[in-house]
Amino acid sequence: MADITFTSQDVDDPYAGSYETTEGTVYTVTGGDWDTIEAAPEGETERIVVNMGPQHPSTHGVLRLILELEGESVTEATCGIGYLHTGIEKNLEYRSWVQGVTFVTRMDYLSPFFNETAYCLAVEKLLGITDQIPERANVIRVMMMELNRISSHLVALATGGMELGALTAMTFGFRERELVLDLFEMVTGLRMNSAYVRPGGVAQDLPAGAEEKIRETLPLLKKRMKDTADLLVDNTIWMGRTVNVGYLDLTGCMALGITGPVLRSTGLPHDLRKSQPYCGYETYEFDVPTTDTCDAYGRFLIRLAEMQESMKIVEQCLDRLKPGPVMVADKKIAWPAQLSIGADGQGNSLDHIRQIMSESMEALIHHFKLVTEGFQVPAGQVYSAVESPRGELGAHVVSSGGTRPYRVHFRDPSFNNLQATAATCVGGMVPDVIAAVASLDPVMGGVDR
Amino acid sequence: MTDIVPEGVESIELIAVRQGAFGVSGSGDTSGFGGLVAPVLMPGPSSRPYGDGFDALADELELSLAARGLPAHSAIEKVVVDRGEITFHVRREHLVEFVRALRDEPGLRFELCMGVSGVHYPLEEGRELHAVYPFLSVTHNRRLRVEVSAPDSDPHIPSIVALYPSNDWHERETWDFFGIVFDGHPALTRIEMPDDWVGHPQRKDYPLGGIPVEYKGATIPPPDQRRAYT
Repeated sequence: MADITFTSQDVDDPYAGSYETTEGTVYTVTGGDWDTIEAAPEGETERIVVNMGPQHPSTHGVLRLILELEGESVTEATCGIGYLHTGIEKNLEYRSWVQGVTFVTRMDYLSPFFNETAYCLAVEKLLGITDQIPERANVIRVMMMELNRISSHLVALATGGMELGALTAMTFGFRERELVLDLFEMVTGLRMNSAYVRPGGVAQDLPAGAEEKIRETLPLLKKRMKDTADLLVDNTIWMGRTVNVGYLDLTGCMALGITGPVLRSTGLPHDLRKSQPYCGYETYEFDVPTTDTCDAYGRFLIRLAEMQESMKIVEQCLDRLKPGPVMVADKKIAWPAQLSIGADGQGNSLDHIRQIMSESMEALIHHFKLVTEGFQVPAGQVYSAVESPRGELGAHVVSSGGTRPYRVHFRDPSFNNLQATAATCVGGMVPDVIAAVASLDPVMGGVDR
Repeated sequence: MTDIVPEGVESIELIAVRQGAFGVSGSGDTSGFGGLVAPVLMPGPSSRPYGDGFDALADELELSLAARGLPAHSAIEKVVVDRGEITFHVRREHLVEFVRALRDEPGLRFELCMGVSGVHYPLEEGRELHAVYPFLSVTHNRRLRVEVSAPDSDPHIPSIVALYPSNDWHERETWDFFGIVFDGHPALTRIEMPDDWVGHPQRKDYPLGGIPVEYKGATIPPPDQRRAYT
């Protein structure tokens, strides 16, 4: 180590000095602003700034909360986000319209079907084929979204419970979610990030036995959800932690653009499935649960009730599943082949392979063009919104007439709702911050995208 | 680039220029179609009647703007009705007053602004940066979109955070990704990228990044440098 010359004095950056070694320059990042401790201002005796997160089990993901405390009370709360930013929106601009689904499904990883549907509805609106989506595809979309709403609310409940110390709620929540993820796996092949909803319909028809499996699962889910409700709804400790905690009334929600269960906990039954229906939601019978408590307990009750409503919708979906196509008839848009089960599990449809390889040259060209190049979407812009488990999930999609999106922006409800952190936490106690943030239910994959 | 836009087309929203017949570039063209050049324009301005109930909305809006001493023709550049959605292109100097009417007028009452989304159109000279605001009225159950543009050389758009506090983070995000400066924002700092990041990654002139991937001796460039169909 004799050949080291320490040159940190010469470098502008006071927190990252560097020195030369035979291997090259080595930078040393020092403790930054922790190196100097400033004296507290006059008149303040116990003002502490606490960095909560980004790696902390109670922050509901990779969220950094910067709390200013006086004793146990929070006087200021700020969020630091961006730790999960992966540039999905930018990446979409370099893939075809169909490939985009594979990216958007990874945004809010707890509600993949909602991301996919919001994106596909936008692409379909740009293409002008919204009316041509087959009935069966719409029913399957609704069914998968409602199952997804159940699994997402179960995670909200489970992680929220864990963060407040109710570990049984966590084990219950994740146990039930597993039942739903098994259904996802059976239908799409994947438990999460399934890229199942595609522009024009869905990727695959339901496999044999899927309807029966879903029908069998629902009663078990209902029974177990009652256990969870019995455990928490009248639980004194649970109520002590959540009643009147994270208070945000209608005025606050409107100012901060909050939608979803948080808005409905103020008594406003705003739900896009009712007010601006898509995928045929206007034909299903379900209620929009509300409370008027404006607090974390009310949001918990709403999520419980919404899961029941979702199960009602899934039952109606099962009843109206009629045989038919699951992809738009337009061969210029529809993916050319369905997968089929081979000896190794999944594989290409042998009939399709036979057709393109030995029967029709045109079919081969068509397949090749559609798979490598993709379809073109007329220039223009649209905004399509769906009611995700966390509120309005909007997709602003711009096309420049090419085979790739020109710009895709997701208005993710988690991103927007997280702005309510200060409004719901300041003035409360430190443990109430955990309950308040958990009741907003932010998913950081959606926040940072 | 604008000289290829056909005469008589009012739209100035040139967003792409398509060359050749097959969208592919970088390969040897033997077809002779490679010399084709075609402009891609965004849907142009619409004229009355707009249909879909948008006329009543536009009437209400014009009346309330006039009542605020802001004639509609000076605030609104053009109105585009496309695919069942209405977009008001608003001059940036009148944005705040326009949005105030949207929020406060009982007949409009757009309670929620669903953020702001930046779009970068490098080919539109003098209007390269666009900010797109989707609005939702819960009371009247309708949506509209407001679009504002700013030149790259002067990327300033007034902030509407004072009217819609929900746009705080959304404007920070659009600054972060597109470099649009929202004047009057209380704390316009980066939100997704690190504080010391250089550049605005979702602009069209910002490279995607990525490293070449080597496979069996051949090298595949990152996605934005590959030969591609567009």
